[in-house]
Amino acid sequence: MKGTVLSVGFMPLVDAAPLIVAQEMGFAAEEGIALDLRRAPSWSSLRDMLSFGQVEAAHMLSPVPVASALGLGGAHAKLSAVSVLSINGTVIGVSNALAQKMRGQGHSFDFHDAYAAGNALIAAAGARLRIGVPFPFSMHAELLYYWLSALGLPAPQGVDIKTVPPSLMAEAIQAGEIDAFCVGEPWGSIAVENGVGELLLPGSAIWAFAPEKVLAVRSDWAEQETALMGRLIRSVCRAGRWLADPSSRLLRSELLARPEYLNVSSEILDRSFEGRLVISKAGAERRVDQFMEFNTAAACFPWRSQAEWIGGQLAARLGLDRPAALAAAGSVFRSDLYRAAHARTSADMPIASGKVEGGVEVPTAVASESGQIILQPDRFFDGRVFEPNLS
Amino acid sequence: MANTLSVIIVEPDPARAQLIIDSLCDAGDYDVHVIAEPTGLARHIKAHNPDIVLIDVESPSRDTLEELTLASGPLDRPVAMFVDRSDDGLSTAAIEAGVSAYVVDGLQSQRVKPVIDAAIARFRMFQRMRTELAETKRALEERKVIDRAKGMLMRARGIGEDEAYALLRKTAMDQGKRVADVANALVTAAGLLA
Repeated sequence: MKGTVLSVGFMPLVDAAPLIVAQEMGFAAEEGIALDLRRAPSWSSLRDMLSFGQVEAAHMLSPVPVASALGLGGAHAKLSAVSVLSINGTVIGVSNALAQKMRGQGHSFDFHDAYAAGNALIAAAGARLRIGVPFPFSMHAELLYYWLSALGLPAPQGVDIKTVPPSLMAEAIQAGEIDAFCVGEPWGSIAVENGVGELLLPGSAIWAFAPEKVLAVRSDWAEQETALMGRLIRSVCRAGRWLADPSSRLLRSELLARPEYLNVSSEILDRSFEGRLVISKAGAERRVDQFMEFNTAAACFPWRSQAEWIGGQLAARLGLDRPAALAAAGSVFRSDLYRAAHARTSADMPIASGKVEGGVEVPTAVASESGQIILQPDRFFDGRVFEPNLS
Repeated sequence: MANTLSVIIVEPDPARAQLIIDSLCDAGDYDVHVIAEPTGLARHIKAHNPDIVLIDVESPSRDTLEELTLASGPLDRPVAMFVDRSDDGLSTAAIEAGVSAYVVDGLQSQRVKPVIDAAIARFRMFQRMRTELAETKRALEERKVIDRAKGMLMRARGIGEDEAYALLRKTAMDQGKRVADVANALVTAAGLLA
């Protein structure tokens, strides 16, 4: 059985793992497809590759399809998020100079308390803080703005945001082009490893269950190739389940470490898989719960409310009509297609397609099609909650 | 066990059980037990510790298939299953559950022995692969722990990679332990302090 070949773009990041594993561990082959994985140099080029049809699907920042639905970021094909690939997994880091200043002012670098870390960063920043993010429409940017604004530093207005591809973040901070960054792993750890920066906070300390990357396709392709897309969704979800299985611990980082994928030592990749980050060149280690999650606790389910939260943040920042933005955003996280792809499989689905974001303090059961599924804690650091758009 | 293979046959129908026994006894030296009632199968199998389990069911559901297979200990011995009818996807489910041979509508006396032989050969091959995989994973795990411990020493003491490894090796020799064990102790201790 020769599979249908699908070309799929990815960025060299740990959270590309579900796509790499789907191909390497045979989950794609089980569905009768083969993934031709194409590594992209930057998020803008990957978005264009997808938009112009050079790839059929892509590892994508969760806000990118939302931005495309809101008509932001130039004229592009409409994109749909048909599955969430990963939850959390970003880190905020600062230059050595800034770290030293913060430490001098008494910050403990506990890698946990978003208030303490944010206030220390703002206090030490002096003039305008220059922060690197991988793309203007990214969970990295949204988390930073949410965090800094809640602490009284209006962002993005009060800071200089620079777009730097993830793998170049360490170089940018070394060259003094930025004072801080928010980036996906392993590139924060690479900055630490190269001795050019220190890690301040995991993204999960700002939002405990942030949809980080999605499986994105062109909306017209999603309509035309339903069967093929179903195979892709299922194989990637099974790969996510494999990644979440403790017995895959040894192999997953070895697969990603290969030159054609991340080309980074497996020891560094293990840190993010295991939520055990080395935050400074001196070797201090910090443990983080839910640092990066794959297919556990309905983590792949594309909740419409997740997209609505992103849409709401973009609307507030860019002065768009909020109800229209929420409606447009909600429609790009295709929980309907995700459900259809899993019909007649044993995968359990929640009954609702939207939920209150930020309302879960401890693992909580909600109704599902065949009983209950457990939702993991999803708090925002400041305790605010986001009500889904029920219209 | 000498050359006698002990076989447990799970078969509710006495006539069919006799057919299997006859075909085995014609073919070679077997020590055969028949279990007519699958309740308590796991206990029987544990008590007899057979070389192979042969299950004959008319038309299993997915649940009975998994239950019977699991009770037969498919990681400890080959399990061969004969069924009269099989729904879509059940052969995949059977193989995933650990069955070494799944034969649909094939219970004829001249076929029993070859199926058993094939089940045993396949089981042994899988067993070898499982052992190799477990060994390889253990070796990889040790290598990873040593790498982590080296990295910790390099950062904490500001030394190079070779020097860090030499330090681990010297400590191991002084304490009469393996390098991997010393590395593991260091990594565990650091985890407690983090």
